[in-house]
Amino acid sequence: MDILEYSAVELSAAIREGKVTATDAMEAVLARIDAREKDINAYVTVDREQALRAAASVQEKIEKGELTGPLAGVPVAVKDNMCTEGMLTTCSSKILENFVPTFSAEAVVNLGKAGAVIIGKTNMDEFAMGSTTETSAYGVTRNPWNTAHVPGGSSGGSAAAVAAGECFFALGSDTGGSIRQPASFCGVVGLKPTYGTVSRYGLIAYGSSLDQIGPLTKNVTDCAAVLELIASHDTKDSTSVRREDTDFTSALVDDVRGMKIGIPRDYLGDGIDAEVKEAVLAAAKVLEEKGAVVEEFDLSLVEYAIPAYYTIAAAEASSNLERFDGVKYGYRTSSYEGLHNMYKKTRSEGFGAEVKRRIMLGSFVLSSGYYDAYYLKALKVKAMIKKAFDDAFARYDLILGPVAPTTAPRLEESLSDPLKMYLGDIYTISVNLAGLPGISVPCGKDTKGLPIGLQMIADSFQEKKLIQAAYTYEKMKGGVENGKAI
Amino acid sequence: MAKQYETVIGLEVHVELATKTKIFCGCSTAFGGAPNTHTCPVCTGMPGSLPVLNKQVVNYAAAVGLATNCTITQYCKFDRKNYFYPDNPQNYQISQLYLPICRDGHVDIETAAGKKSVGIHEIHMEEDAGKLIHDEWEDCSLVDYNRSGVPLIEIVSEPDMCSAEEVIAYLEKLRMIIQYLGASDCKLNEGSMRADVNLSVREVGASEYGTRTEMKNLNSFRAITHAIERERERQIDLLESGQQVVQETRRWDDAKEYSYAMRSKEDAQDYRYFPDPDLVPVYISDEWLQQIRDSQPEFREEKMERYRKEFDIPEYDIGIITDSKRLADLFEETVAICGQPKKVSNWLMGETLRLLKEKGMDPEEILFSPEHLAKLIQLVDSKAINSTVAKEVFEAMFAGNVDPEQYVEEKGLKTVNDEDTLRTTIAEVIASNPQSVEDYRNGKEKAIGFLVGQTMKAMKGKADPASVNRILKELL
Repeated sequence: MDILEYSAVELSAAIREGKVTATDAMEAVLARIDAREKDINAYVTVDREQALRAAASVQEKIEKGELTGPLAGVPVAVKDNMCTEGMLTTCSSKILENFVPTFSAEAVVNLGKAGAVIIGKTNMDEFAMGSTTETSAYGVTRNPWNTAHVPGGSSGGSAAAVAAGECFFALGSDTGGSIRQPASFCGVVGLKPTYGTVSRYGLIAYGSSLDQIGPLTKNVTDCAAVLELIASHDTKDSTSVRREDTDFTSALVDDVRGMKIGIPRDYLGDGIDAEVKEAVLAAAKVLEEKGAVVEEFDLSLVEYAIPAYYTIAAAEASSNLERFDGVKYGYRTSSYEGLHNMYKKTRSEGFGAEVKRRIMLGSFVLSSGYYDAYYLKALKVKAMIKKAFDDAFARYDLILGPVAPTTAPRLEESLSDPLKMYLGDIYTISVNLAGLPGISVPCGKDTKGLPIGLQMIADSFQEKKLIQAAYTYEKMKGGVENGKAI
Repeated sequence: MAKQYETVIGLEVHVELATKTKIFCGCSTAFGGAPNTHTCPVCTGMPGSLPVLNKQVVNYAAAVGLATNCTITQYCKFDRKNYFYPDNPQNYQISQLYLPICRDGHVDIETAAGKKSVGIHEIHMEEDAGKLIHDEWEDCSLVDYNRSGVPLIEIVSEPDMCSAEEVIAYLEKLRMIIQYLGASDCKLNEGSMRADVNLSVREVGASEYGTRTEMKNLNSFRAITHAIERERERQIDLLESGQQVVQETRRWDDAKEYSYAMRSKEDAQDYRYFPDPDLVPVYISDEWLQQIRDSQPEFREEKMERYRKEFDIPEYDIGIITDSKRLADLFEETVAICGQPKKVSNWLMGETLRLLKEKGMDPEEILFSPEHLAKLIQLVDSKAINSTVAKEVFEAMFAGNVDPEQYVEEKGLKTVNDEDTLRTTIAEVIASNPQSVEDYRNGKEKAIGFLVGQTMKAMKGKADPASVNRILKELL
């Protein structure tokens, strides 16, 4: 068997059984990267020597029995907005072109403790702002299924790397759909956990109240194993939640009998591509056949999610990104006169257009005289959206729908019309506003051969229900063609 | 001047809290230290770092609020105040705007003009900024983040004061309360207490306030007094000459006794305050609030009341000793060991205050322990040393908390009570001072004083003056 065809959990088992070594796995991944990167550009940074050294050291620990976990020895890719000690961390922005963190993000530390081996850092939309990975300062990432198309975003590099076999699994971050949407476009599994489940310490913030780190994997089993590993209570993150129920792999059960699933009619109306709708409804049918009770309902308020999201996320981003000023780290303009000119030139040259657009939007909605009309109103909408979900989860275990209205658009199609791009986030964004967990699972392909994603959403802290339903569906469909993308 | 003007003053007082660690990270708040040594990713604004609230800051802030009769906001939040400046590593300061921890309090002050209650609008918690150092030689600026993230409270008064005297009384009252709480040492000269003065003038009887200015960089009570007087004059002069007072922030130059405009209201920045999404709201439960209430110390008025009952010392002494919690603590701890409150009080009011004044120190900086002060009093009581020697010993204790017994022993300062030695010495003094002896015998009583002095000198101060007197009279 080609080593790259293993899932993450299978690979680790094979390593622990002595069939292959962590070094073999890393070498295979690096060879795949050599072969595919010029077409795909999933990575900003690949640190070969460090990766091989780390793989050898992990192999030794596995042989000594010091590392026994389900992901020991597995090569992993990390989105470039998570700090990695000693390794370039750019957020795909020019402004952090030379930034090497002095500490690692808590999620990255957890990976390291479990013996997963970091290959490098994946490309993304600059500061996670975008839905296509085209706003990166380090070139676009292309969809492995069809390189004329985008991989989605903002975790497009992570999703593409998993799909192209350039890693065994990856970490992404999701502020408005940035894990689920690229997972959907690239035909992999992506999960955004309940807000507070994975520590945000070391995640370079975009919208702090919405950001969550989560896994992008080849299948649901890997997804559960990775989530189990990175979910941890962290006293360094005030918004981190202490959870007792993080044995997510225990939910890998092939059974949805009696599970109540609601499909919001609002998610299947105007603007959705017919093939996507068909695939999603077919997936619902599969779950129904497995014993779930599926019905349509009205979720309401769906149309308010996008304006509320872009108000809140931009407001937080405008403040979060203030620290990138050329004073302490990162890019500084080459010539300037005085402090204010230095700030202005550094930030004008260091940030890309989409980031500037959101900084301006966020600064505007927080400015005196507009705060109540925009920011506070958006917070009220956020609370009402949460309430609408609460009402839905009083009746359903899960909400099922599409991840995005379409499959992956062609390159350059989205950026010309940012508003249209924002509308593409309609099904994912409200999940972040409500702090809920959501999963994207592949559910087929359109006639162009591009993957379609099925989204399931659960109530807060109910990731197990997501995993169980996704696992059952995946079993039924016989898995997805992962790691084999051309 | 034909018109009569009154001054309206409100204060914004920043107080650095005495926590061991910073408000949002575990770094030390210790003063000094090489630049950027008390720092971490959080207080230097590194990407990905997150703030975590130090609960002790809430304890102190709420304690100050309770002691100043405020309502405690049991569900309060932190907000970000956004502005670009290199001393502020994130380019936003974490502060409180919408839901400050304390509101609607007051403190009572007393001046020559009488008693008055000064309202407190609010008290909020926030982080201090780093320090910029301008290197003119190299023509560059450097920044030290050791102070970045040191916890502060800002106490905002109502515009209830009308003279420098009232302002000083208010500040002294705040300082006493906060020092009693142990929440800060409140040193104006070191910046652990900083006061910005908002001042306007208006004609007596006017119902509207005049346009106010805010005065910064006031590092002593003297500077505050002068700045208030000068700003009042400046504003009246403007109005008298038909000009307007401009709402602006001014900076006091203490050397030149003059202030200049830093920025006007038109330049005022929009801070774009919003709740910090990295911090969860602070919920101060009834139990927590009760704990803070229960651990409030005895404040000055209660302490004075108790002293009147417990200790036989004059009202004057009570006033002086309770003026500083440090002195009061020393007093009580020493009395607990050796009793004799009046003697303890004498040492504190006399030699201690004299030396503090001479050395320009605060009572907080006193080094000697109550055990040692008690020992010193016992040494004098037992006549082991005389009062002159005692003062010498005390100075040594004040300088370095030496053990008085050990010091007396090592320096050989014990009073010599050996009758034979004394008699021999006195006989020698009589023999070598015939003139004084004759004067005394001729009825000049005062001459004996000189002979006592000579004897003490010969004994190197270690004789008991009473014994010397007795033996001298005997031998003469």
